[in-house]
Amino acid sequence: SKPLDYENLNENVKKCQYAVRGELYLRASELQKEGKKIIFTNVGNPHALGQKPLTFPRQVVALCQAPFLLDDPNVGLLFPADAIARAKHYISLTSGGLGAYSDSRGIPGVRKEVAEFIQRRDGYPSDPELIYLTDGASKGVMQILNVIIRGQKDGILVPVPQYPLYSATIALLGGSLVPYYLEETENWGLDLFNLRQSVANARSQGTTVRAMVIINPGNPTGQCLSEANLRQVLSFCYENNLVLLADEVYQQNIYQDERPFISARKVLMGIGPPMSNELQLVSFHTVSKGYWGECGQRGGYFEMTNISPETVDEIYKVSSIALSPNVPAQIFMGLMVNPPKPGDISYDKFITESKGILESLRRRARIMTDGFNSCRNIVCNFTEGAMYSFPQIQLPARAIEAANRAGKVPDVFYCLKLLEATGISTVPGSGFGQKEGVFHLRTTILPAEEEMPEIMASFKKFNDDFMDQYEEDHHKAYSRM
Amino acid sequence: SSSETMASDYSSTPVKISTINPKVLECEYAVRGEIVTLAQKLQQHLDKNPGSHPFDEIVYCNIGNPQSLGQQPITFFREVLALCDHPAILDKSETQGLFSTDSIERAFQILDQIPGRATGAYSHSQGIKGLRDTIAAGIEARDGFPSDPNDIFLTDGASPAVHMMMQLLIRSENDGILCPIPQYPLYSASIALHGGTLVPYFLDEATGWGLRISELQNQLDAARSKGIDVRALVVINPGNPTGQVLSEGNQKEIVHFCKKENLVLLADEVYQENIYVSDKQFHSFKKVARSLGFGETDLSLVSFQSVSKGYYGECGKRGGYMEITGFSPEIRDQIYKVASVNLCSNISGQILASLVMSPPKVGDESYESYFAEKDAILSSLARRAKTLEDALNGLEGVTCNRAEGAMYLFPRIELPKKAIEAAKAVDTAPDAFYARLLLNATGIVVVPGSGFGQVPGTWHFRCTILPQEEKIPAIVNRLTEFHQGFMDEYR
Repeated sequence: SKPLDYENLNENVKKCQYAVRGELYLRASELQKEGKKIIFTNVGNPHALGQKPLTFPRQVVALCQAPFLLDDPNVGLLFPADAIARAKHYISLTSGGLGAYSDSRGIPGVRKEVAEFIQRRDGYPSDPELIYLTDGASKGVMQILNVIIRGQKDGILVPVPQYPLYSATIALLGGSLVPYYLEETENWGLDLFNLRQSVANARSQGTTVRAMVIINPGNPTGQCLSEANLRQVLSFCYENNLVLLADEVYQQNIYQDERPFISARKVLMGIGPPMSNELQLVSFHTVSKGYWGECGQRGGYFEMTNISPETVDEIYKVSSIALSPNVPAQIFMGLMVNPPKPGDISYDKFITESKGILESLRRRARIMTDGFNSCRNIVCNFTEGAMYSFPQIQLPARAIEAANRAGKVPDVFYCLKLLEATGISTVPGSGFGQKEGVFHLRTTILPAEEEMPEIMASFKKFNDDFMDQYEEDHHKAYSRM
Repeated sequence: SSSETMASDYSSTPVKISTINPKVLECEYAVRGEIVTLAQKLQQHLDKNPGSHPFDEIVYCNIGNPQSLGQQPITFFREVLALCDHPAILDKSETQGLFSTDSIERAFQILDQIPGRATGAYSHSQGIKGLRDTIAAGIEARDGFPSDPNDIFLTDGASPAVHMMMQLLIRSENDGILCPIPQYPLYSASIALHGGTLVPYFLDEATGWGLRISELQNQLDAARSKGIDVRALVVINPGNPTGQVLSEGNQKEIVHFCKKENLVLLADEVYQENIYVSDKQFHSFKKVARSLGFGETDLSLVSFQSVSKGYYGECGKRGGYMEITGFSPEIRDQIYKVASVNLCSNISGQILASLVMSPPKVGDESYESYFAEKDAILSSLARRAKTLEDALNGLEGVTCNRAEGAMYLFPRIELPKKAIEAAKAVDTAPDAFYARLLLNATGIVVVPGSGFGQVPGTWHFRCTILPQEEKIPAIVNRLTEFHQGFMDEYR
């Protein structure tokens, strides 16, 4: 037998699953190679679906890549003066340009910009020394979970449904996922009773619950937590001695006005001592989402609150093994937290581009939600934030039987058929977790606005045909308005 | 600052030193360890109090970070990267006045391989297919044996790829990985983080850091007799910190050894373009295996490459790849799955990796300037390697093997008994003691040999060859003066 084969592979790797690029995606890729037109809505990847990069950051980073341009008298023909100034500024903050390893925590000047952003956003000071830049938020999440998880007895509270980075990482690290179910009928709200029960259950089985993950705005669910919700979460963590991991990567993606984004840290600081001095919190952000959508850069950060200096040193040590996060993405992060201001040459264009994207996302969130809800067997909560729609698909008994016969989980069965019929590549709800016997799929709201009506029409046709095929006759008269 | 309002007592918090993952506590990484923290403090003090130290600046010789010490990037590569970062200017006529024609062509070619020219989109989790095609072609041109783009996984530098392999291989502390001593401490740190056991094999300093199969065999057998399941062999070629370039004969023995003992060969080849001696050449382990007649299924081999080293030195970009050959389809699926959790590596780094493996050719418009830049960097590195090697060998009690490749010198110091006792008295390893005194006297930052591993009772430090050439004489003078003073005090 080979030195590395399935039999002698690390069991944790076997257990790890990541549906976002799992079975459906692989099948979609195969079909694409065969020439079928595929609409990839499996991952929050705006630029892959036609969203254009913001102009200003690309100008700045291009200049940083090729600093000899800055010496060329004709550079002003292609680049505006404020981009040129910014590029010079960022180069001066590096330890030798984009090609040198930076401080393992990230360029100090950029971390300072992040701290200033957090202060402006929340109204409370933030310490750049406790902000670490990472190659994407995912790497930061993995790093923090690796610090927390000692073994199988360490449990991490994770919302169901969740973005499967959490389940995959917990599996890889050999920890235990302690699920807490969001309540779909209450707009994917927090169910404190369920939360308490989950913790009690886990503890009764010998698990030490160490941390709680919240994703706000939610992925795949899109809900935006209210201040009251956040207070409940913080109190819960405080009472139960949990570190709160606040995934806030979608904080710019808000599509309703009742619940604007509030950071967990702001609420914590607002509560005041003793909790604000004692509750441990790690907050995550990225350049991949929002209206930036710069997924390919791999830029992110985490901010630590109330983590002891000795532990911070250990986290620094682990960061240093990776030497440094990629420098271009650090500059994207600096630009994101410190964008053009009124009066800057590039300000108007920047605002026009940004607003255009956000307003379109808001419209697309509505188009998609309404499109799903127009189907008789589908209930879809409105996408309040983030980039996804997570409709609940009621599957008839005969469809479930057909799925079982095909050896597929019912929502996988449905999504595969959807893919074959329409080219729409989604991720089955089972990839995110859901209540037993309840099925969903996750799609993104990212396809171009002009294509949305056609995509939703194509989906509806497939769904109605599917229902005609599998529904019991006496149910066909039912329709959901 | 917010630290003033934080609890000074963390005893009731869930995440504290006594409750964090013990593997995190155990792992170490000296390259950015204690000596660097001291250096940074000195730097801050120096900035605030000019003239307060016998030196004007800190010279960081602890880390292979060429561009932080003034090495310039390769112009052609940066032209292409800038155009790929901002494709909107490609169609403008002014662009032709600012960029070389072939860099514009290459940018178009690369962008055509990216759907929608979207360099801001997550790519395929192994990296953009067209770029992998280019890299595979580059590997084939280098080795004379075909390379399959599906075997290539582009990563944020070579280090994440190493971590990925350790994660796959290590099930428990009963799984062992053979590592050279001295080694680049990514390996020891990664093994510790993944809960495995490092099985050391000692390189032979007396024979230019030679790798003896008998030593490999002895260490392997000893580990097995202790119940360790030895899974893989790490070979760093050219070596870090040791700089030796393996002979082809040696490499053949290693390939046979891995086959015989059923080990995965983890070949760290990130310094493949850093060779400074005319009597040695780089041969990839894949080439050696294929030329021995080892086919795809005959050897499990992972080859690591990076954009951080060579003559390009693009550390901050985090670009690299691993080429995996000789693994079953099930394992390849598992590797893909793990790679997919992180979605993909940064696109700019992917593009750079393809440029490194497929640089301008003779006849291309940029070829001459590209070649001039490359040659200047490599010949300067070779000169600096020699100058520093000679200087170190001129010091009392110091012997230094030549740097055949890579970016480091790893001299051995015979520390006098008095120095060793003085070190013990302040609870410091003798080589760290020396490094600290060196730093305080000269501002030069080196990494104590204990950070890399060494034969017990011997002392070394690793110093890079990267400070700018014009600064080398001053560095040599300060080092020599310090060492003489040190020996005078402790002889």
